[in-house]
Amino acid sequence: MSLWENFVGGLTGLFDFMGRRSDQIAELTLEHFWLVLTAMIIAIAIGITVGVLISYWDPIAYPVINVTQVIMTIPSIAMIAILIPFFGIGFNNGVAALTLYALLPIVRNTYTGIRAIEKAVLESAIGMGMKESVILFRIKLPLALPVIMAGIRTSVVMGIGIGAIAAYIGAGGLGILIFNGINWVNYPMVWTGAIFISIMAIIADLVLGWTENKMSWRT
Amino acid sequence: MIRLENLTKKFTPTDPPAVDDLSLEIKEGETCVLVGPSGCGKTTTMKMINRLIEPTSGKIYINGEDSSKMDPIKLRLGIGYVIQEIGLFPHMNIAENIATVPRELKWPKEKIWKRVDELLETVGLEPEHFRNRKPKDLSGGQRQRIGVARSMAADPPIMLMDEPFGALDPITRAHLQNEFLRIQKRIKKTIIFVTHDIDEAIKMGDKIAIMRKGKLVQYDSPEDMLSTPANEFVVNLVGGNYSIKRLHLIRVDEIIDRSPFTASPEGTISETKALLDKSKLGLVVITDEKKKVIGLVIPAYLKKEGEYNADIMEETGATVGLGSTLNDALSVMLSSGQGYVIVVDEKERIEGVVTLNGIMGVLQDDD
Ligand SMILES: Nc1ncnc2c1ncn2[C@@H]1O[C@H](COP(=O)(O)OP(=O)(O)O)[C@@H](O)[C@H]1O
Ligand SMILES: [Mg+2]
Repeated sequence: MSLWENFVGGLTGLFDFMGRRSDQIAELTLEHFWLVLTAMIIAIAIGITVGVLISYWDPIAYPVINVTQVIMTIPSIAMIAILIPFFGIGFNNGVAALTLYALLPIVRNTYTGIRAIEKAVLESAIGMGMKESVILFRIKLPLALPVIMAGIRTSVVMGIGIGAIAAYIGAGGLGILIFNGINWVNYPMVWTGAIFISIMAIIADLVLGWTENKMSWRT
Repeated sequence: MIRLENLTKKFTPTDPPAVDDLSLEIKEGETCVLVGPSGCGKTTTMKMINRLIEPTSGKIYINGEDSSKMDPIKLRLGIGYVIQEIGLFPHMNIAENIATVPRELKWPKEKIWKRVDELLETVGLEPEHFRNRKPKDLSGGQRQRIGVARSMAADPPIMLMDEPFGALDPITRAHLQNEFLRIQKRIKKTIIFVTHDIDEAIKMGDKIAIMRKGKLVQYDSPEDMLSTPANEFVVNLVGGNYSIKRLHLIRVDEIIDRSPFTASPEGTISETKALLDKSKLGLVVITDEKKKVIGLVIPAYLKKEGEYNADIMEETGATVGLGSTLNDALSVMLSSGQGYVIVVDEKERIEGVVTLNGIMGVLQDDD
């Protein structure tokens, strides 16, 4: 068999699989989506809060950012294992792992976004008598928003990819197709999982990129 | 009234103090200019007044009240603050920028937007045109006008201005200085104005405080500063040529000739010729029905073909505003190459004429 025939045969197999299993694929895609969305909502809430807090006190800023950086370097399989004592296996463990991975870009971008604000802007705000809480919500966060959004976008795209690993501890999602496909030597199955994860990541990237643009005060 | 009492600020234990035992009293409605070389402690002094910096020792009294006992937020809401870098909020439009302090003070919406328009008018920017624009769409001069408008929004009795016009080109700077003087004449704020430009200090100040290495060297009116400098440092800072410096002090309205002949563009040349013959100034200003200056006729133009003033008049760029100093007027004369300049009010309507001879007269009076 030539390479070309192999390729065509593979594609036919892939489409055949997608056609037969479309219900399951839709279900897993939705599961994957919820998993990532839940983790992101938690990561955004924690990440922005931490980013804001460390922007007030430089001595702890770099240690905190370094910790989140170290978290990111933990291999995902290991991360899931480490979390089992705290979250058991299943959805919660998956969410916790994804949340931890998502923290760094959000914390770091919130911090740098706030720190990058022109000194004169903050000085005039304080000098005119604005309260710190007002400055935070009306000046700092809006000005840092484009940078924060870029961090969120990085986290989401990354989270969708890493989310595959959650299937390993029974948190569901498209990773199931990949793990089962490997076990059963079913390549159309592995491909389907990979392709749908990529499509989801690309769509998320486009949507968030567009939102980032819409929200930016620079335009 | 603002009173600084033995005010001292040490940033580090080892370096000499940035502000060193400074005592100063600024009367209500007066403009006090802090002037001195870079690093002499002007900004530090100013920031201690609105408590962006806390003094190491000494006191600041505002209308008799110890400012260290006041709530800093309340204190600052009552003090307008303008800095050289302006610090407009780039994500807000011009109206929102100006509305900052009134919003903090929880004014009703309609009152805020009415005030915004009023302030835009005051600083010479068309509200319709500027309200909804972003700071980045404005020129440097326009941004600084917004900075001034924003600081005046809630009508604070005190204004702190740290080299507000320092980043502007000389023409825009002179323009804004004059406008600010015109506004100040009406609103009578107590102003602390920081500059390192002695000419600006002479022009803007009712009182000048010369500082050196954190210490007050001399505190006087511009006239006394020029006539009796306290020491060599002041002499050097003020620079020689007392008469020329005085041109910064005298405003055009003091030597203005308010009775130049005027004519309309539809007037006939023969009438204008008759006016020119009678005129000491040797010019006839052509104005429209609203007294707005549109051009002028001097004897040389009479040689041109035509029947009406409109045919022979020429436009003149040589005008200055009412608040301008003789120095401004002289600059315009030098750049237009003419021995006169037409003085106009804020709506470009004729007020009169200032001539080179008039200015020379002032200089000769000094001798
Ligand atoms: N935050 C600060 N920390 C340490 N030193 C400062 C600080 N701010 C100003 N200084 C020092 O205080 C002196 C006076 O500064 P400043 O008031 O800004 O001068 P000016 O406004 O007259 O140019 C300078 O020597 C400056 O280096
Ligand atoms: Mg300064």
